[in-house]
Amino acid sequence: MIEVRNLSRYYGSFCAVEEVSFSISDGEVVGFLGRNGAGKSTTLKVLAGLLTPSSGTVTIDGVDMTEAPTSFRSRIGWLPEDPPLYEDMTVVDFLRYVGGLRGMDAAAIEARLPEVLAKAQLQDRTDQLISELSHGYRKRVGIAQAIIHRPKLVILDEPISGLDPAQIRGMRAVIRALAEESTVLISSHNLPEVSATCDRVLVLKRGRLVAEPDGAPDPMAPTLGGLAGGPIVQHLSLTLRGDEAAVRKALDDSGLCKGYSLKAGDGLVLAYALLHADTPEALVSALVKAGVGVRRVEDGLANQLEDVFLDLTEDRK
Amino acid sequence: MTAVLHIARRELGSYLNSWWGWVILALILLFDGLAFNVYAVGFQPKYSSDVLEAFMEAGTVTVMIGGILLAMPTIAREHGAGTLALLQTAPVTEAQIIAGKYLGALGFLTIIKALTLYMPALVEINGKVSWSQIGAGYLGLFSLGAAVVAIGVFASTVSRNQVLAAVLGGSIVGLLILAWLVSRMSDPPLKSVFAYMALFDKHFQPFMRGRINTESLVYYASVSFGFLLLSTRALKARRWV
Repeated sequence: MIEVRNLSRYYGSFCAVEEVSFSISDGEVVGFLGRNGAGKSTTLKVLAGLLTPSSGTVTIDGVDMTEAPTSFRSRIGWLPEDPPLYEDMTVVDFLRYVGGLRGMDAAAIEARLPEVLAKAQLQDRTDQLISELSHGYRKRVGIAQAIIHRPKLVILDEPISGLDPAQIRGMRAVIRALAEESTVLISSHNLPEVSATCDRVLVLKRGRLVAEPDGAPDPMAPTLGGLAGGPIVQHLSLTLRGDEAAVRKALDDSGLCKGYSLKAGDGLVLAYALLHADTPEALVSALVKAGVGVRRVEDGLANQLEDVFLDLTEDRK
Repeated sequence: MTAVLHIARRELGSYLNSWWGWVILALILLFDGLAFNVYAVGFQPKYSSDVLEAFMEAGTVTVMIGGILLAMPTIAREHGAGTLALLQTAPVTEAQIIAGKYLGALGFLTIIKALTLYMPALVEINGKVSWSQIGAGYLGLFSLGAAVVAIGVFASTVSRNQVLAAVLGGSIVGLLILAWLVSRMSDPPLKSVFAYMALFDKHFQPFMRGRINTESLVYYASVSFGFLLLSTRALKARRWV
């Protein structure tokens, strides 16, 4: 269990993080959202043990970061946005070095290496120099170094930034694999990514937590339900050509929708549909058969999450 | 201690894996070779002890410049490359990080200087080698190197880049050398204070002549320890910045 209580961090007189409290249960994958300057990176750096909090406490399984800093840090694995890598080393030599740095003996490192390489999908790059690796593989090496010592908490800062779509898909699988043995905290600007990989989210605004799922009402909870298991699409956002009545009839006749809402204008109908099951293809097929023009289909959840995020972090006038 | 040696091994390996380490090694060996032939042996007949004394004196130049150049990347390079975070988020203390970095840099400097040992041994060809003078000289060079590398590690810890670290480290070493001149212009009791602070003059000359001076060993050890302590404090302070 990770407990953060009344955490504040000042830079001089500037308060970057103010009285932030939350807890994360074992095995959870939690997203950390916020706009630039919201205090995400500062909070993550404090959790990683890189910065000392100005006030407040952070504990992992009861181990306090200020009372037992080295013991606390042995329970953390951190991947910053730019992975900290020694370019003159090969992948395995680097992981051996980091393992030693985290207090593992040689035998434990050798026993752990195959598992870590498999989790980070690096088996085919073991003896390659890090300077020769692509950005995506560097991220994977960064993840491998973060988990080699079996940390209790893995902190990933923008793990998919700079990755191409294929690499993002691979990284998603890697993150899911991490959750099998650690609690994972992910900071990201990419809302669809957060919705696809996280069990719940924490939203920071100007150094304060504005969405805290523990105890307080969680505005994100409805949008994130059931997503931990994989990319299930039950929420669809559709742009359709046709009149509203025809669209309504087609949706009703399909029998696939638990509910929907429509908005018509300029010959187009914007529909938001909640499906009974993961059957977006069947709905599109039913609409086409009913003579409704399908111009655009999107995962409605991503859009909905974006709306919630903006609603929480924008200043209302 | 395991963590210190682990970091030191990595530091030593980083010199051997980079062109920078090999360039410094080559330049020190080249300069020491030239200094031995041109300055120490020279072109006039000399006593063996005078040759060795001159060689040790010239060797201080490469120890001081090499020490600063080897120490300048220790922390500043890690900071620039973002890998300092790797060390600071590991379950090791700041003292262990600084000690590991220090031992790595000092170890590489020691290896380089050990490679010059054949030069004073060559005196045996045309003269008589005093192994005690050679031993004392190299002990002095090692002690001086230990102090200079500690100063360099401190400069590297408080600087954001390697060039600044070299300038700062070089300046501190320069000031400590110049303390000798200041002592000559000062009146007691400051005279003896500045004389004691001087990195080269009072403390190194006995080693050149084959004498092991305990007071000088304590001085070099104090400078080394003091700057390593400051480095540890400076690195720890980064968690508060």
